[in-house]
Order: sequence, then structure tokens, then C-alpha cells
Amino acid sequence: MTQMLDQFFVIAKHWLMSYVPAPAQPLASAIVSIIPILVVFPLLFAITTWLERKGLGRIQNRLGPNRAGFNGLMQPIADAIKSVTKEDIVPLTADHIVHFLAPLLLVTAAFLAYAVLPIGRNMVLVNLDAGVLFFFAVGSVVELAVFMAGWSSRSKYSLLGAMRAIAQMISYEVPLVLASVVVIMQAGSLSTIEIVERQAQYTGIFPHWYIFTPWGILGFILFMIAATAESNRSPFDLPEGESEIIAGYYIEYSGFKFALFFLGEYLGMFATSGIAITLFLGGWSAPLSFLDFIPSWAWFFVKLLVLIAGFIWVRGTLPRLRMDQLMNFAWEFILPMALINMFVAGVWHFMAVGIVRWLVCAALVLAPCIILSRLLKRRKKFQLRTYSFAE
Amino acid sequence: MVGEGIIKGLAETARNFFGSYLRKERLTTVQYPEERLPQIEAARNFPFLLYDGADSDAGLRCVSCLICEKECPPKCIFIEKSQDKKPDAVGKPQFYPTVFNIDVSVCMSCQICVEVCPFDAIKMDVEYNYPTEDRFAALLFDKHQLAKSNDYYHQIHPTEAAAVDAALTAEREAAAAKAAAAPPSAATPSSVPGNGTAPASDTSATAAPEPEPVGGEKR
Repeated sequence: MTQMLDQFFVIAKHWLMSYVPAPAQPLASAIVSIIPILVVFPLLFAITTWLERKGLGRIQNRLGPNRAGFNGLMQPIADAIKSVTKEDIVPLTADHIVHFLAPLLLVTAAFLAYAVLPIGRNMVLVNLDAGVLFFFAVGSVVELAVFMAGWSSRSKYSLLGAMRAIAQMISYEVPLVLASVVVIMQAGSLSTIEIVERQAQYTGIFPHWYIFTPWGILGFILFMIAATAESNRSPFDLPEGESEIIAGYYIEYSGFKFALFFLGEYLGMFATSGIAITLFLGGWSAPLSFLDFIPSWAWFFVKLLVLIAGFIWVRGTLPRLRMDQLMNFAWEFILPMALINMFVAGVWHFMAVGIVRWLVCAALVLAPCIILSRLLKRRKKFQLRTYSFAE
Repeated sequence: MVGEGIIKGLAETARNFFGSYLRKERLTTVQYPEERLPQIEAARNFPFLLYDGADSDAGLRCVSCLICEKECPPKCIFIEKSQDKKPDAVGKPQFYPTVFNIDVSVCMSCQICVEVCPFDAIKMDVEYNYPTEDRFAALLFDKHQLAKSNDYYHQIHPTEAAAVDAALTAEREAAAAKAAAAPPSAATPSSVPGNGTAPASDTSATAAPEPEPVGGEKR
């Protein structure tokens, strides 16, 4: 029965495929696999906007949206109707074609990343040997879309926002990839399925998730920080800082295209959360071996929702960083820590299994972390600001 | 330790998040159209005309001296002075406004009209809710829409209204005593120049609202 529930979608697809003539099967199979992704994740986006507004409201001791439907549950639908019926304005001097293509490219790139995400046991769109590589390659297309949007709008604000977004995304792409390299080193594979299967084993009742190793914890934290910056979320939401450049690169967009940017941003966040789950949190595997009766895809979505809640929590807590703080943090702290983490993962690989290995690696992770943060703090000197031009 | 402040901040927001579910007093939001907070006594929005007694036409305190019309910065008051005189609340013949309009869409709620009125005839209301589909005629309030009783004034601004009433009775008693004390020397002109700038909301009885209506050109 549990087996049946776990493989429900896989069995359903095979049953559907049995009605399709053999020559059409590859195409039909791809379409049948893609449609759930195109439905489930935008739906999750709708729910997340509601959850986010409710959660942020509660963090600020407000009620959040509560007018449309029960407790404001219909709010995403109201928002959707609003954005679809709004007038679509394109600036007169804008590059119309690029202006039109940018949101489409953003959403397409965000959706492409889901191709390699193992949502459940045997539930992945394509089993690529270089799955993780594909994910990051597709993820960097988002930057292109962002710059297309900023450049084609022919507006100062959108161009500035796009510049900021590019600077930030490229800076944080490096630690994002480096933080995930440790997992690839340990698993010995770039395939997302392989990585999850390595983690879906149990010692007693405890799983072999990579987050339970010292380098895994550090890698996960670094990865999540970099993922927050990659998806332009608070506290790294400089590209769309309302107080400075209004909405950043998508300032000249309205109506449905604006909604597409919003959708793309959230889809990117889900995708990076999904890959973080795959790399560090054991993908679809249950956190304790006896909890295996709950379907694997349910575990994936539970973990995804937990990470989304974390994103919302952080957004409700931290103020926006300054540009120099953002860059310094990426290049002076996260990047060296990611490199050190790779060294620690190597040490872990060559030491004998046991508690000693864990403690040694924990010390190797913790000591540089403390030393580096102390050093960076000491280097900061505060002085009276001198203005070159404003006197 | 690195990240200590972030953890403290996260704990604080978590306390707010769960606290808002556990303790109702944390949520200060009022669901506006359905429930409303009682207005504080110092609330002021748009001016209204005061009248004594039951009849808004007979008891209107305004003697159409036109000071408020002249003083109004956005010029939202329009008064037409009557040609004849009518007895006021105490029985003295007075001019009265045949037309008294205030355009609340223009009014900026500065309360200057209230402060310059020597007769305590115009006061600030607490009503703020004038939604309408006609932004011209429906927001131009005439004399009858503006007239509100002294009881209503007591209801919305009890302290201030009591002070105004006390000052008014004191003045009337003083005037009555003066009239009783010096009936023989009635020939002397009793035109004390009414200093129209005296704030009416002030409790000091210096304003001495002599029955002589102060013409606008006197200021």
C-alpha cells in the first residue's frame, strides 16, 4: 500500500502511456511529465505569496490579507485577476522585442531547472549524468533575462537595478557552486538521482544526509546564503530596493509581464531550495527510517515548505544590506569559507569513519569561521566620512 | 561568534510571530469599516455651525460677521449676510447668514475659522466620513447641513464645550449685571471694539461678544 502511494504518479504515468502508440511515446511521456511541474510549482507560488504575506504580517503583529476568501486564501486569485486585467505598458523608447522576451526567458529558465530535480522516488524529468551542472548552467540564464529586462526598458532605474542584479548574481554564483562542490566530491557523481540515493541510506534510524556532517552544515549554510542572494530576496534584495531604485530591473513592466517576473523569481527560489534539499537534506528520503511509509514526494514538499518558511522568516527579520557589505560578504567571507569547506570535505574523505573524524572536521570548519570573522571585524575602521564633491 | 546578531533577530521575529497567535493584545489592527476605534476627544476634521435650543434656524449663533470667511486660507467659506435682523438665543436682534456654505472638499481643516470666531458659533466636528460619487455639489455643505446643536457639541468635545458654555454664561451674567447697574447712563455708546481675533476656544472671557456685529472692514 505504501509502495503504491509512493509510486502513485509513476504508475499513473505508465498506465497513461500504455494507451499511446509506441512511436509517439517519447514525446507523450515528456509532455505528461512536464505538465505536473507546470501546474504544481506555479500553484505553490500562489500559495507561497499568501503564506509570505500572512507570515510577514504576523511577524510585524499584523493580520495580513484577510478579506478575499477565508483568511485571505483567495488573495492570490485576486492578484492574478488584477495583474491580467491591468494595462500592459511598454515604454516608447524601449526595445520592444527584448522587452517582451525578457520575462518569458526568465520564466523559461526558471522552469528548465526543474528538469533535474528529483521530486520523489523515480520522479525526475530527465536523469542527466551532469544534473547539478545543468541546474547551475540553466540558473545563470536568469542573469541574462534580468539584464535584457534592465537594458531594453531604457530607463535609468531599471538599468541600475539590472547592473546591481548582475553584479550580485555573478558574485554569489561562485560560492553557490563552490558550496555544492563538497557534495559532488562526496557523492562522486553529478547526477541528482545518484546524490539523493547516496543519502537515502540509514544507520539505525538515522539517515546519511550530508547536512549531518561538519562540511555539510557549513556547505548548507553557505549554499542557502548564496541562494538567497541568487533569488534576489531580502536581505539581498538590492536589485529591487524600493527605497533606492523602486523596483529595479522590472520597473518598466506592468500587468502580466510584471507577474511573470514575480513568478520567475519565486520559481527560481523554489528551484534553488529544491537543489539544496537534493544536495544536503536527502532529497525525497525520510528523516528517520521508520517514517518511510509517508510518500517520498510528500517529504520533498515538506522540506521545500520548511525552506520557504525559512526564507520568509529571514525576510521578516533582516534589513537590506548595503552594496559594499554585500560584495565584501561574498568575496571576503563566503568564498574563502567555501574553499576551506572543500578542503575539509577532502580531509573527511581520507579519514577513518568514526567520531574522531567528525570532531576533527568540525574543528577544521569552526576555527576558520571564527578566525575569519574576527579578522574581518578587526579590519573595519570607523572614521568621519569625508565628502569629495558635496561640500 | 559570527551570526550571533542574526540569531537574536530571528528569535525576536519568531517571538512576534507566535505571540501574535497567543496574545490577542499584540494585534492592534482594527478591521476598519466593520469596527471602529472610538475617536479621541481632541479629534478635529471639518467645521460645523452651532445653534442653541431646538431650532437650527432660530438658534444659530452665527451673526454673519464674515470674519471666518475673510480668514479662511483656502477660501472655502461663503456667507451671505441678511438684510434684516432676527432675535438670537438671548433675544437681541442680530444679523444672520441667509447663506452659509462650506466646501469640505476645499477645507484644509486648519481650524482658523474656529479660532477667529468671536461668537463661538463655528466649531470643529469629528465626522470625517463623507464618501460620495459627486465631488462638487455633495461636498458643498449648506447652512442646514452644517448646523448642529449645542448638545451634539457637548457630546463630541465635552471638556471644551463645558468651558465655552461657562464663558458664555459668565459674559451674559456680566452684561446683565452691567445693564442692571447702569441703567441711567444708557446714553453712552456701548460699542467696545470687539477684538475679533480672540480665540473662541479659549476660556478667557476677554472676547466680550458685544451685540454689535463686527463688520469685516473693521479688521
